[in-house]
Amino acid sequence: MADHFDIHQLVSVFSWVSILLGSFFVLVGALGLVRMPDMFTRMHAASITDTVGAGFLILGMIGQAGATLITVKLVFILLLIAITSPVASHALAQAALYKGLEPFLSDDRRERSLSAPPATASPATAAPATAAPGTAAPGTANNGNGEAAAPSASTADNGRARS
Amino acid sequence: MSADPMFIAAAIAVLLALSMAVARVILGPTVFDRVLAGNSIGTLAILLLAIVGFLTGRPEWLDIALTYGLLNLIGTLAVLKFFRHGDLAYDATEEPGP
Repeated sequence: MADHFDIHQLVSVFSWVSILLGSFFVLVGALGLVRMPDMFTRMHAASITDTVGAGFLILGMIGQAGATLITVKLVFILLLIAITSPVASHALAQAALYKGLEPFLSDDRRERSLSAPPATASPATAAPATAAPGTAAPGTANNGNGEAAAPSASTADNGRARS
Repeated sequence: MSADPMFIAAAIAVLLALSMAVARVILGPTVFDRVLAGNSIGTLAILLLAIVGFLTGRPEWLDIALTYGLLNLIGTLAVLKFFRHGDLAYDATEEPGP
């Protein structure tokens, strides 16, 4: 009896910690949705809400529900979010690039996405001079694109910059 | 559902996130910011419906959350297609893609 009570308590504590973590990440994602400087960086913040926040919240609710039909429905909701959120993000980024919305840190992506196919040019020809000093200035806010702050490393990694 | 305060805290967090997303919908410079914030509102509404289901002790709210998730995807894609092509009946085979 005591052993069963201990396992129940452990699951309960785990689910509460998970729900607290999910609430924290939901708030972080929403704060990034307000504070980020660009649409594409805001997409990064919104994806935090969709993946980590919803994942931890639903995991905590599963721990609270136990092995019932509620758990099955919660798993379905988690799968639905995990499938539809990347689809919506992909369509959103494609539509925004198609309509000419420029990303915050690089001016190459729109040209690359609209006209040029994925170029197989050698990365040595990618001129590092395409990054103006204005683009290298907000180096502390480039979490959304995941690129390095050095503009030469960024263009050399892509290999698709305008030559 | 003996320990309600954690669900109340989660509901308050989700409501705060919803208010921030609504602020982004109002402030958004482009229409894509608004669509992004609308999609985020949909996800947060799913979570809020699930939490309310636990708060009230009625798991029927989870069915509403599932339906809301499906409608959220369809609505987001329809709005994006309209603002990308200006037409919901756009045929992608008529011209080469971008």
